[in-house]
Amino acid sequence: MEPITTITSTTIPLMKENIDTDQIIPKQFLKNILKVGYGKNLFYDWRYLADRTPNPEFILNQPERQGAQILVTGDNFGCGSSREHAVWALKDFGFKVIIAGGYSDIFYMNSTKNGVLAIILPEEQRRILAQIPTDAKITVDLPQQQVRYQHFSFDFDIDPLWKNKFIKGLDDIAITMGYEDQIAAYEANIPNYN
Amino acid sequence: MKQTMFDKLWDRHVISGEPGGPQLIYVDLHLVHEVTSPQAFEGLRENGRQVRRTDKTFATMDHNVPTTDIFNVKDAISRKQIETLARNAKEFGIRLAGMGHADQGIIHVIGPQLGLTQPGMVVVCGDSHTATHGAFGSIAFGIGTSEVEHVLATQTIWQTKPKTMGIHVHGRLPHGVYAKDIIMGIIAREGVAFGTGYAVELYGDTIENMSMEERMTLCNMGIEGGAKMCNVKPDQTTFDYVAGRKYAPKNMKRAIADWKQYYTDSPEAFDKVIDFDVHKLAPFVSWGTNPGMSVPVDEKLPEIKNADDQKAFDYVGLRPGQPVLDIPIQYAFFGSCTNGRLSDLKIAANVLKGHHIAAGVTALVVPGSRAVKEAAEKMGIDQIFKNAGCEWREPGCSACLGMNPDQVPAGLHCASTSNRNFEGRQGAGSRTHLASPAMVAYAAINGHFVDIRKEEV
Ligand code: SF4
Repeated sequence: MEPITTITSTTIPLMKENIDTDQIIPKQFLKNILKVGYGKNLFYDWRYLADRTPNPEFILNQPERQGAQILVTGDNFGCGSSREHAVWALKDFGFKVIIAGGYSDIFYMNSTKNGVLAIILPEEQRRILAQIPTDAKITVDLPQQQVRYQHFSFDFDIDPLWKNKFIKGLDDIAITMGYEDQIAAYEANIPNYN
Repeated sequence: MKQTMFDKLWDRHVISGEPGGPQLIYVDLHLVHEVTSPQAFEGLRENGRQVRRTDKTFATMDHNVPTTDIFNVKDAISRKQIETLARNAKEFGIRLAGMGHADQGIIHVIGPQLGLTQPGMVVVCGDSHTATHGAFGSIAFGIGTSEVEHVLATQTIWQTKPKTMGIHVHGRLPHGVYAKDIIMGIIAREGVAFGTGYAVELYGDTIENMSMEERMTLCNMGIEGGAKMCNVKPDQTTFDYVAGRKYAPKNMKRAIADWKQYYTDSPEAFDKVIDFDVHKLAPFVSWGTNPGMSVPVDEKLPEIKNADDQKAFDYVGLRPGQPVLDIPIQYAFFGSCTNGRLSDLKIAANVLKGHHIAAGVTALVVPGSRAVKEAAEKMGIDQIFKNAGCEWREPGCSACLGMNPDQVPAGLHCASTSNRNFEGRQGAGSRTHLASPAMVAYAAINGHFVDIRKEEV
């Protein structure tokens, strides 16, 4: 996984509460064999009009918002079905960081498994971030556990285990591979019935 | 300290980590199918990783396979998933029972049938009905796609130990009542989430007197009650079942000596115990849109208690107070990892022998595996089904979830031996009624459910 230490980027504010995984990626797009390619269908029902052309009103479609790596959003983000495709779609679109009021447990776990940093900030702070100019950049500093914009600086919490994982770019598999000696020792002791 | 069987199995498999938090546990058998594995293999490839233990991994195709012309997969995505698994198995060196292979079938049917599933194991698969394999006295549970990738690469998985629950099942099963009715009865009484957070063990004289195939039916549906893991103590019935199968241990004596240590010391060791007396149990039929919405065949459909009930009644087009016996049946499905094994087909054929299904009823018989199909054909069971007007198909998941063309048309009622009656499960707008194979066979003959306790067979 790609390590995340400090990211400075423009943002996309989507200040709605309870955005569920069905809205993030509707179920008709799940039948696939890859982890990539879901970005074009991210937030499908909001992003496209009935004739499947992009909805110019929707923030993700605005030309000046392209390239943003940080999503600022509401409370209880990623609730609903456990589909990992929701994180795959956000990541494939280009988001590396999500700043929300909270997450469903499964979504949070899925984001740590896929290298998308999910940060929790209170509403007043998210409101400030949601109102900055379109071309303004904010900085997410993971080692310092801070989100910074101009003179604002907001601290956030993260479990040391996940923090270490993101900074080193470790995925679960890489971490488990660190237990190789114990796994091999276990295997040497498996009873043989042959 | 007194321990449950589950505690002993768990302790045996812990590689690292303390109780209470995530622990790294070893996986003895990883079963793979075409729907939940493509992204996992893709992940391995991206990171230049291998499958750690190809000898503990086994793959088949089941969810998407056609049951008429097996080599003609019409849906493009189904075809892609099937072809991708074949390519991945080859590239990573995994055993595959592919299309047309003698060992092919529903993953939860072939694991036991091939002797891959054994007592004392940790078995995982990217599929919630992996609970089935717990019938052998193993820890068996379904996992997500990232976890499939993790197991492929490391042969281990991080898990937090669940609490344990014992269900004491006792009494003699009445005539016409089967394993399926026990598990449906438990879920109807306890609810669809009673097992959430628990590893459930079924024990008692009823269970001890059961065949392995019946025990598998029970554990298979444990997940419909929220229990990710559901198991039964291994005993002589288990050992006799495993012995001599293709991948069974060569030294059975040594294996059995080891497997015999897996039992619960005393029911007090469970965090929770519930009691289920079967001696007056009736056959169950599901009326609504989850397996908990089920009632005994001689009862009436329940009153509406909440918005979920209302929604379910609207969906299935039935009314509160209507007798179960009046539910009209236009489809019958025999198959799935719940009731698609040889003993299930035998029971249904026994009922259908010398009869014909009712006019206007379509009945599909989909054996759980190629081996089940061939064994049934050797016994002439296929002829009985065909003579009764049923369609005898190739093995697979089929109408259990309708990922292939086998779907129940919108608005029609299907008596089904499968495990889920969710909205749209057997096809958009389909109305599923779960029941035992004998109940489904009688429903197919009569065009509605009947109380089979009053019938001859
Ligand atoms: S038969 Fe049905 S429940 Fe069983 S694995 Fe196939 S789709 Fe899942």
